[in-house]
Amino acid sequence: MQTTSHAFKDNARKAMADVDLRTALKRVETGFTTARRKAADRLPEFEDLRDAGRDIKNHVLENLDFYLERFEERVIAQGGKVHWCSTPREARETILKLCRSVDARTATKGKSMIAEEIALNPFLEANGIEPIETDLGEYIIQLADEPPSHIIGPAVHKTKDQVSDLFLEHHWKYGRTERQTDPQALVNEAREILRQKYVDADVGITGANFLVAETGSTIIVTNEGNGDLTQMLPKMHIVIASLEKIVPTLDDMATIMRVLARSATGQEMSVYTTLSTGTRREGDLDGPEEFHVVLLDNGRSEMVGTELQELLRCIRCGACMNHCPVYHTVGGHAYGWVYPGPIGAALDPHFLGIEEARHLPSASTFCGKCEEVCPMRIPLPRIMRYWREQAFERRVGPPLERAGIRFWAFFARRPALYRLATRLAIRVLRRLAGRRGVLTALPFAGGWTDGRDLPAPEGRTFQELWKSGRRSP
Amino acid sequence: MTKQSVRVGLFVTCLVDLFRPSVGFAAVKLLEAAGCVVEVPAAQTCCGQPAYNSGDRADTAALARNVIAAFEGFDHVVAPSGSCAGMLKHHYPRLFDDDPAMKARAERFADKVHELVSFLVDVMEMPDQGVRWEATATYHDSCSGLRELKVREQPRALLGKVEGLTLTPLPGAETCCGFGGTFAVKYGEVSTDMVSRKCDDVAATGADLLLAGDLGCLMNIAGRFRREGKRVECRHVAEVLAGLRDVPAIGEGG
Repeated sequence: MQTTSHAFKDNARKAMADVDLRTALKRVETGFTTARRKAADRLPEFEDLRDAGRDIKNHVLENLDFYLERFEERVIAQGGKVHWCSTPREARETILKLCRSVDARTATKGKSMIAEEIALNPFLEANGIEPIETDLGEYIIQLADEPPSHIIGPAVHKTKDQVSDLFLEHHWKYGRTERQTDPQALVNEAREILRQKYVDADVGITGANFLVAETGSTIIVTNEGNGDLTQMLPKMHIVIASLEKIVPTLDDMATIMRVLARSATGQEMSVYTTLSTGTRREGDLDGPEEFHVVLLDNGRSEMVGTELQELLRCIRCGACMNHCPVYHTVGGHAYGWVYPGPIGAALDPHFLGIEEARHLPSASTFCGKCEEVCPMRIPLPRIMRYWREQAFERRVGPPLERAGIRFWAFFARRPALYRLATRLAIRVLRRLAGRRGVLTALPFAGGWTDGRDLPAPEGRTFQELWKSGRRSP
Repeated sequence: MTKQSVRVGLFVTCLVDLFRPSVGFAAVKLLEAAGCVVEVPAAQTCCGQPAYNSGDRADTAALARNVIAAFEGFDHVVAPSGSCAGMLKHHYPRLFDDDPAMKARAERFADKVHELVSFLVDVMEMPDQGVRWEATATYHDSCSGLRELKVREQPRALLGKVEGLTLTPLPGAETCCGFGGTFAVKYGEVSTDMVSRKCDDVAATGADLLLAGDLGCLMNIAGRFRREGKRVECRHVAEVLAGLRDVPAIGEGG
């Protein structure tokens, strides 16, 4: 997708003015956070499971090549194939080649962030293959021609009314001329239209929440069952996954699974957990004739052994954005690329470059809520800080901001000079404020004073008063 | 070591130093009441977060060296701010990953660092001060104090002993107010939006007094209340605990 991360401030301004979006974000803020808290509180070993999950992922990341090769062996042994792709382009072309090998005209798709990362849909369309999103949220934003705004609720920014309008506009051609407003009726309408598409599709494309080395299985979790139909009905199943999804064993998968849905939606488990292991065997009632795993690196292996390695533990549950006060304010589209919220702020600069993505790690108060709720205990603020340091080092960002910090630091590093300068500055501010107690406008601080007053200083610095022998205000 | 011999270095914090010395005096009063001997090293300016959060690691490390040198001789280092104390305690050692000797010093120093209110409760077990303050108050948990230093129950415990003070819970008390240091200026519109919602939450409690342990958050919230023309007093929790009633609330003239 075309990134607009550099325009974060403009994106944010538009988002904050969008009344429908605000309603939708309020639902995220209250709904998801309450659900996660309740789910975590109900499970006494929840915190221990987080530790266990973190340790599994750390172990995998130390032995990534071993487990990936093991996984490939198992996939091949069961009639499937693994396609190693370094870049999004390679992954796209691999998928296109596979689709063409079965003369595909349509491909049904389960929800996949990696498909977003490699911008698969526009590429397939440009090459004459119609991708059909089957996850309800993805289906909605496909109709609206928008990117997802949340990694587990891609259409979380849409209101019911907007969905009613979209369905009426796009389902007209199927003879659906009545505008539905009841949520269940909307779901049913989408289901009925998708049903035939499942049957007609030549290829089914899904993502993967886990790749299991010991069995060669890929695993998805969904709440709609759409993934099952997507992958079982067509003759070819293509799994698109990034390499850090690998876990050693089914037991490891089960451990992480116990924190995944609880962190994401507050469910104990998602409604469907589907394991795919190889092609249809003799005697199987269903399953694909061909099974392909497109394994994407896209710079991830370079992250191993760096400050960014811990990001590879992410299981894409969305808890960080569900709990982020900045995300609650600006929504997912403001971040301007595939991964929004705190995980995006930490991850996107790696994919986009810090020049394009410099706002994302900066637009955080470092409140620490994301790290508090991350089931994989990823130190997201620390990684955002790493990017800020990269930006500072490479002189990315407004020169005036940088000069301001260096100017301030020059004084702050010299206590005697600092006291002299601040004594003066404080007196000036105090005089400007007069008896009002606040300043309403200040040069270079418009960011502050445009939206709030600045409480005036009391008049003299503490150091000055203390030195003069004062011991009370 | 008896409590009487506890030597505390007060890390005033730059915001208290510049904007609200009263909080510094409140801290001194409380620390002395708890049995500490308080000193205020002159060689302090700021903990360095404006530089640290802007990615300027070199200036931050230089500031950290100054602070460590000025304070490492004390029994304890106390700051009336969870944010600054968190910086000294958790972030200073990380600044010296490539300098093992300095890192060890920073770690020894970090062990002595405390946020004021949790220090009074957890370390000094401060006796009841018999303070009276008539108000209905609510309390906002500042992020760093809450998450980096586990300051949650201590201020509520001490406020519970203040006669005449009714403490009413603040829904969303643990949600960031949108201050975030330089964030409030760099992303002023987003920050304003966040603090507006905090103000709505505070106003909805019906409390006439908002308390918190960090002056940054308080200036943000008080500044927004003033801009909205709403009368909710904002004060640092130490001011109430020390009974400094004569000082005007934050952003109130006088």
